[in-house]
Amino acid sequence: MSDKEEEPRIGVFVCSCGSNIGGLIDVKALAEFSKTLPNVVFTEDNLYTCSETGLAQIKNGIKDHNLNRVIVASCTPRTHEPLFRDCVKKEGVNEYLFNFVNIRDQNTWCHQKYPEEAFDKAKDLIRMGVAKAAKLEALENIIVDATPTALVIGGGVSGMTAAHSLANQGFETHLIERETELGGRLKTLYKLFPNDQEAQILLENLKKNVQSNENLKIHTSAQVKNIEGFVGNFEVKVEENGNIIDLTIGVILVAVGTSLFTPTGYFGYDGKTRITQYELESKLKNNDVKARDIVMIQCVGSRNNERLYCSSVCCMTALKNALILKENNPETNVSILFRDLYTPGTHYEDYYRRAREAGVVFVEYSPEKMPSVEENLIKVHNEYLGEDLLIPYDLCVLSTPLVSNNDNKALAQMIKVPLEENGFFLEAHVKLRPMDFATDGVFVCGSAKWPVDITESISQGYAAAARASTIISHDTIEVEGATSFLPDYNRNLCTGCEVCIKVCPYKAINKNEEDDIEITQVLCKGCGVCGATCINHAIIIRHFTDQQILSEIYAYGGKEV
Amino acid sequence: MGENSKSVVVIGAGIAGIQAALDLGDMGIQVHLVEKMPCIGGRMAQLDKTFPTLDCSICILAPKLSECYRHDNITLYTLSEIQKIGGSVGNFSVDVLKHARYVKEDVCTNCGDCATICPVRGITNFFEANLVTQTAAQIAFPAAVPAAYRIDPSKCLYLNYEICGLCYQNCGADAIDFTQKDSVLSLDNVGAIIVATGLDLAEDIHTLNIYGYQKCDNVVTAMELERLICASGPQAGHLSRLTDGKHPKKIAFLQCIDSRSQKGQMYCSSVCCMYTTKEAMIAYEHDNELESYVFYIDMRAGGKGFQKFLQRGAKEYNIKYVKSKISHIEVDKDDNPIITYEDYETSEINQLTVDLVVLATCIIPSRGINKLADVLGIDLDHYDFVKTNPFLPVETSIEGIYTCGCAREPMDIPRSVAEASGAAARAAEVIKGG
Ligand SMILES: Cc1cc2nc3c(=O)[nH]c(=O)nc-3n(C[C@H](O)[C@H](O)[C@H](O)COP(=O)(O)OP(=O)(O)OC[C@H]3O[C@@H](n4cnc5c(N)ncnc54)[C@H](O)[C@@H]3O)c2cc1C
Ligand SMILES: Cc1cc2nc3c(=O)[nH]c(=O)nc-3n(C[C@H](O)[C@H](O)[C@H](O)COP(=O)(O)OP(=O)(O)OC[C@H]3O[C@@H](n4cnc5c(N)ncnc54)[C@H](O)[C@@H]3O)c2cc1C
Ligand code: SF4
Ligand code: SF4
Ligand code: SF4
Ligand code: SF4
Ligand code: SF4
Repeated sequence: MSDKEEEPRIGVFVCSCGSNIGGLIDVKALAEFSKTLPNVVFTEDNLYTCSETGLAQIKNGIKDHNLNRVIVASCTPRTHEPLFRDCVKKEGVNEYLFNFVNIRDQNTWCHQKYPEEAFDKAKDLIRMGVAKAAKLEALENIIVDATPTALVIGGGVSGMTAAHSLANQGFETHLIERETELGGRLKTLYKLFPNDQEAQILLENLKKNVQSNENLKIHTSAQVKNIEGFVGNFEVKVEENGNIIDLTIGVILVAVGTSLFTPTGYFGYDGKTRITQYELESKLKNNDVKARDIVMIQCVGSRNNERLYCSSVCCMTALKNALILKENNPETNVSILFRDLYTPGTHYEDYYRRAREAGVVFVEYSPEKMPSVEENLIKVHNEYLGEDLLIPYDLCVLSTPLVSNNDNKALAQMIKVPLEENGFFLEAHVKLRPMDFATDGVFVCGSAKWPVDITESISQGYAAAARASTIISHDTIEVEGATSFLPDYNRNLCTGCEVCIKVCPYKAINKNEEDDIEITQVLCKGCGVCGATCINHAIIIRHFTDQQILSEIYAYGGKEV
Repeated sequence: MGENSKSVVVIGAGIAGIQAALDLGDMGIQVHLVEKMPCIGGRMAQLDKTFPTLDCSICILAPKLSECYRHDNITLYTLSEIQKIGGSVGNFSVDVLKHARYVKEDVCTNCGDCATICPVRGITNFFEANLVTQTAAQIAFPAAVPAAYRIDPSKCLYLNYEICGLCYQNCGADAIDFTQKDSVLSLDNVGAIIVATGLDLAEDIHTLNIYGYQKCDNVVTAMELERLICASGPQAGHLSRLTDGKHPKKIAFLQCIDSRSQKGQMYCSSVCCMYTTKEAMIAYEHDNELESYVFYIDMRAGGKGFQKFLQRGAKEYNIKYVKSKISHIEVDKDDNPIITYEDYETSEINQLTVDLVVLATCIIPSRGINKLADVLGIDLDHYDFVKTNPFLPVETSIEGIYTCGCAREPMDIPRSVAEASGAAARAAEVIKGG
C-alpha cells in the first residue's frame, strides 16, 4: 500500500494495440518520451498491454521498480479500466492510483489521416496523465449489503421464465403483471411456429411452473408505483388490486414486452376483410375463417422511414398462419407478398420450405412499387416478370410489427435506464452485455428490448436471471469509490441552496433531518455534475478533485503545479 | 450464500462458453472450462470488427479472455477434450483428456524465439484462415490466452525423430518441456454440463469450386477477408489481392454460399447477410474509392439496429445490393473474377467483372460434434447441430446437459452471449436449487 506521503513513483505502459495505435504513431518513442516526465521511473511499450503478457509486464514493473502509480496509455477505459485496476491491485497498488490515458479511441482512431499531430497529441495526453497521476489519492470501494430478492416486471413468457429460474435458484422473487392474468401476448395466440404447439398448452405449463414455486410471489393486476434506492437495496412500492405493498429488492428485471400496431391507413385496413395477423389468429382459434382466397402482405408499417426495423416475427407468423389455413383446407389459396422473407437459422428455413411445399404462393414486391389493395383484387408489381399481377382475394391479412409500449418511458425514468429511438429498452452493450443496463442491478429480457420470438424470449428470460443471480448470489456488493462528498471542513461553505439536489441525475443528494446536505455514497456515480454546479466549491469529487484536474490543465499548458 | 460443492463443466471456450463460465463463476460456482484448441476465444478472436457497432472484435473480447484466465472460480483446460462421462444430473463425473503443450504455460514469456528458430515451416495456420503458414512452435495470435506457445506434436522433429531440439536451446525462459505427457483428469461432483462447441465453415469440408474458390486466389471466403482486413492479420490491414498485390476497387460479395441450397445445407446461416455489409464497410474505410456489390436472395436483418446498418451501408459506404441468383464464376486473363448472375429486378442474365470476390460461406456444426455427442449421449438434429426444443432452447435431450450459441444453431454474437447466460442460469438452478 502506498500512502499519501510517499514520493510518487510512476510507471507508464504505452500500448500498440496491435496496429490500432502502433500503426499510426511510434509507441516506442512515446515510451521514451514518458521517461523524461516528472516522477516517472519506468516506461515500457507493449503490443497488447491487456494480454496476459502485457499484464505480466505491468506486474514485473511494479515489483522491480517499486512503482506506486501506474499509467496505461491505450484504448479506452470503457472496456479496459477494470482489467488494469484489477492487475495493479493484485500487485498491492491501490486501484485508484491507476490512471488511464486514452490514446486510441480519442486519438489514433479519430485522427487517422494525421499521424504527426496524433503523435504530438499522444505526448500531451500522457504528460497530462502523468501530472494527474502524481496527485491521485488511494480510495476504497464502498461495500453494501445486498438483499437476495428479485423483482420481475411483466408476466409474459420472458418474465415468467426469468422469475421461475430465479426462484429455482433459491431467491425470493416477485412477479408483477398489470393484467388480471399472466401470459402476455401468448394468451391470445393459437398455434405456435416453428413446431405447431398449441399456445395455450405452453402457457399452462409456464403458469404451472411459476404458480407451484414457493419462492415465487405472483402479483397480478399490479403495477410498480415507485422505486427508490440502489442495487441490492431497492425500495419498491407496488400497487396490487388497489393495495400498496412495500418490497425491499436486490435486483430488478424488465420484461414488459411490446404493444401491437394498428395499421390504420395502410392498404385500407378495416378489421373485416383487411385484418392483421393478430386478428387472424383469433379467427383461426375460433374456427371462423371462411375466406378461400387469402393474400398476406409483409412489412406493413415496418422497415420504412417511420419504423426502420424488421420486427423479426411477422414473416414466421405469416408462414404459420398460411400453413394452418392450407392444412384446414388445401383448396384455400394463400399468397404472401414479401420484400425479404425473414426465416433465419435451421428451424425457420425448414418451415419456409414446408410452406412452399404446401403450395403457398410467394410474390416479391419492392418498396418502390407498393402493392395496392382494391375492391376484390390486389395488384402487385412483379419485378421478375416485369408486369403487374392481379390476385383475387376475399381476405387480406397485414403483417404488422411489434412496437414498443407507450408507457416504457415512464418506467425507464423510474429505474433510470435509457430507451432507444423506437422506444425499446437500451442495454448496456449491444454485443457483450445484452441483458444488462448501465444502471447496476437492473436487467432486461424478451421483446421489451427488441422484437423477438418465443424461443429468444425464453432464452433471454433465463439469461437475465443468470445476470441478476451474479449479483444476489453474494451477501455484499462492491461499488465504485470515486464518488462526490461534502467534507466536514467544507460544511461552512455550503449555503444550503440545494442546487446539487436538483442537478444530480441519480438522486443521490438529499437534505437530512438536521437540514444538512447528505450524499448517499452508493447512489453516486461520480458524474461530477454537483461538484461543477456548486458555486461555493463545497462538494469535492473524489478522483477528480480540483487539484487533480488543474494539474492536468497546467501540464497541458506546460506549467507545473 | 454458502459454498457450492458442485461444479459445472463448460465445453468449448468461444464467446458463448466464456460468457457461461464467467456468469457461473460470478455466482460463486466452480467452473471447468474445456477447450480443444491451444487458446480460448473461438471464432470471435478471428474477426476484425463486429456488426452492428463496428467495435474491434479482439478489443472487446480480450478483457473477457483475461477475466476467464484470472477468475478464482474458473479452471481453464486448453488442448483438452471430453473423453468420458458418467452419472446423471446433479452428479456427473467427467474425464478430460489434456494434451501436452510441451511448453510450460506459466513460464513461457510469449517471446516467440522458439518459432523464429524452428526449422519446420509451412504448417497450415487455422487462425489466419490458412492465408499464411507457421512453424511447429505456435501461438494463434499475440494476445492469445493463455499467452504461451505450444509445440505441434505431429510436426515437431524432436517429438517425432528425436532430432533438432533447437527451440529448447533457444528458449531463454527454459519453458520448453518435451517430457510433458497427455494426461486424463477425472472431475467428480459435476452438477451440470454446458455444450458450447460453436461452428465450423463450409470451406472446411467443401471445395466450393463452382464459385472459383481454390481455382482463383481472388475468390476468398468471408473468414479469409476478416483476416485480410484485420490490422493484426497477414496483410497488416492493407487489403490487397493475393495474386498481384493490387488494392481492389470493386468487390463482389456472394451470399448464401452453400446455405439455403439443395447442394449444400438447406438452412440459413443467419449472420452472413449482416457481416457482409460490415466487411464491405470496413473495406470502404480503408479505401473510399471502393465499390461493393452484394448479390443476395433475401436480406436478413432482424436484430437491433440492423436495418439502419444496411441503410448506412447503401448511403455512406457505396454498397449496392443486387437481388439475384448466381450462375457461375469465371476468371479473365488478369485473374479478375467474372460473375454471371440473374438479376431478380430485371430477370436478365448479366455479367460483372470485379477485382475480388468474397463468399459468405455456410456455418456448419463444429466438426467434432458427432464424437462429442456420442460421449455425452445427447441427440443432434438432422443437420448435426445439438438438438433442442424451440421452447426449451438451452436444453439438450439429457437432463443437466445444456447448450448455447452456434453449437445449436447459427447465430450472431449478441444472441450467443444471451443464450450462454441462459444456459448458465439453468446450470445454476441445478447447483443452487439442489
Ligand atoms: C400475431 C402474432 C403471432 C405470434 N406468433 C408467434 C409464434 O407462433 N411463435 C413465436 O415464437 N412467437 C410468436 N409471436 C411472438 C411472441 O408473441 C413474442 O415473442 C412473445 O410474446 C414475447 O414475450 P414477452 O414476455 O417478451 O412479452 P409479452 O408477451 O408482450 O408480455 C409482456 C407482459 O408484460 C406486461 N406488462 C407490460 N407493461 C407492464 C408494466 N408496466 N407493469 C406490469 N406488467 C406489464 C404485459 O401485460 C404482458 O403480460 C407472435 C406475435 C404476434 C403478434
Ligand atoms: C466470417 C464471419 C464473420 C462474422 N462476423 C460477425 C459479426 O460481425 N458480429 C457478430 O455478432 N457475429 C459475427 N459472426 C458470428 C460469430 O462468429 C458467432 O456468433 C460466434 O463466434 C459464436 O460463438 P460460439 O462460442 O458459439 O462458437 P465459436 O466461436 O465457434 O467457439 C466454439 C469454441 O469451442 C471449441 N470447441 C469446438 N468443439 C470442441 C470440443 N469438442 N471440445 C472442446 N472445445 C471445442 C472451439 O475450438 C471454439 O473455441 C461471424 C461469423 C463468421 C463466420
Ligand atoms: S419479419 Fe418479415 S414482415 Fe416482419 S418486418 Fe421483418 S421482413 Fe417484414
Ligand atoms: S457526482 Fe453526480 S451522481 Fe454523484 S452526487 Fe454529484 S451529481 Fe449525483
Ligand atoms: S517457449 Fe520459450 S522461446 Fe517460445 S515463446 Fe515461450 S519463452 Fe519464448
Ligand atoms: S524441436 Fe520441434 S518445435 Fe522445436 S525447433 Fe525443432 S522442430 Fe521446431
Ligand atoms: S444470413 Fe443471408 S447470406 Fe447467410 S444464409 Fe441467410 S440469407 Fe443467406
